[in-house]
Amino acid sequence: MKYLTEFRNGEIAQRIAQQIHQITTRPWKIMEVCGGQTHSIIKNGIDQMLPSGIELVHGPGCPVCVTPLELIDRALAIAARPGVIFCSFGDMLRVPGTEGDLFQIKGAGGDVRVVYSPLDAVELAVKNPDKQVVFFGVGFETTAPANAMSVHLAKRRGLKNFSLLVSHVLVPPAIEAILQSPGNQIQGFLAAGHVCTVMGYWQYPPLATKFGVPIVVTGFEPLDLLEGIRRVVAQLESGRSEVENAYERAVTFEGNQAAQQLLNEVFAVTDRAWRGIGVIPQSGWKLSEAYRDFDAELRFDLTGIHTIESPLCHAGEVLIGTLKPDACPAFGKECTPRHPLGATMVSSEGACAAYYNYGRFLSAEDLAGAGSGLTDIAHG
Amino acid sequence: MCLAVPGRVESISTEGDLRLGRVNFGGIVKTVCLDYVPEIEVGDYTVVHVGFALSKLDQESAEKTLEIFRQMGMLQEELAGEEEAFARAAQMAPSACPDGSCDPA
Repeated sequence: MKYLTEFRNGEIAQRIAQQIHQITTRPWKIMEVCGGQTHSIIKNGIDQMLPSGIELVHGPGCPVCVTPLELIDRALAIAARPGVIFCSFGDMLRVPGTEGDLFQIKGAGGDVRVVYSPLDAVELAVKNPDKQVVFFGVGFETTAPANAMSVHLAKRRGLKNFSLLVSHVLVPPAIEAILQSPGNQIQGFLAAGHVCTVMGYWQYPPLATKFGVPIVVTGFEPLDLLEGIRRVVAQLESGRSEVENAYERAVTFEGNQAAQQLLNEVFAVTDRAWRGIGVIPQSGWKLSEAYRDFDAELRFDLTGIHTIESPLCHAGEVLIGTLKPDACPAFGKECTPRHPLGATMVSSEGACAAYYNYGRFLSAEDLAGAGSGLTDIAHG
Repeated sequence: MCLAVPGRVESISTEGDLRLGRVNFGGIVKTVCLDYVPEIEVGDYTVVHVGFALSKLDQESAEKTLEIFRQMGMLQEELAGEEEAFARAAQMAPSACPDGSCDPA
């Protein structure tokens, strides 16, 4: 287990962190796009190992968080219908809509199911021919191949009672939107490793060149993250803006060709509204013409839904990195994981939930002496 | 949601129109769709997300990642069953509407 121990070894983490300290001569702002990476960073205290000038800005890579409230409300309306089996991943259950959430719909008699895979929803459609089975297909490029396959199978098997409520979003247009936003301060990116497992990283060189930012494909473990940060800082310090792959064991430049082929068949690129951010052109997928019969938004009458966003929730600013979760006036007060105002406090990948769950609601004095996550890496 | 877990392919079968594998994630075995990784063979490690193998991984890296995920408690979350997901949701308070007028309590 030598290799394993080394990989989790706090000493190695310290060594990479030391290298980052050595090469850093001025402040840099780096965004990790993926919410899974945000969680790992906060949980392991990686941000606290860095030079004080290196700021990690948490990006919008939490699919549950950026799913528009309008769509959550539509999901709730469909799930409440008699004769519908509404299937979702577990982290959608408690995301608040304008009135209630999926868990409450289930409590009130709605047939809401949590599935591990979209294929489970297809099976439910086969077994329940007298019901309409709807799968809530949210996610980034990582989840899209699974959702695409479910619709593909439903079509191939001639299922008339399966449909997808789609809210797919794409990482590269989000990076471009952030870089183009007035007042952008992000100087380098950690690209989301598992998105790149599917898509490769051929989409990034034009962005790195156009905006002069380094982009490093990065994994999720503490040493992966530190190495990704080290490579971004090294590029920034030497004035380079290239695309690098620091997650080679899982990611190739081309990505998964078979998956990309089916994605291109099942989905078509479309403008998408991101919750808290607004519409980003060409930033998502909808079902293509060939698959429109499987679009839940076309299958069900969804008129008469009135969506109201909480005025207290600043999730939009958190999602684009202009507000740290603990700087939000509602953080830890009106808004907690038990009483979330926005999805960023619900999802396991939401930045607000990460800050709350890992003690960032405590003051600096509270934290003093408590030790950082590095202790866990070193002794875990 | 973009968490992906590496596991070892223990067997491969064809069921209807799907190529499926039994994949072992540190003791938890799940059926996984292998249609996106035609190159995968029994004994290979693969990165799995929501029941789909997304890429092939070398064994050393996979073991390494697994151990760390175990450490971080992330494996349970990614592989959580329906009961567990509902149990987690049940522990959370009901959602209120933004202006508080529809307080579910």
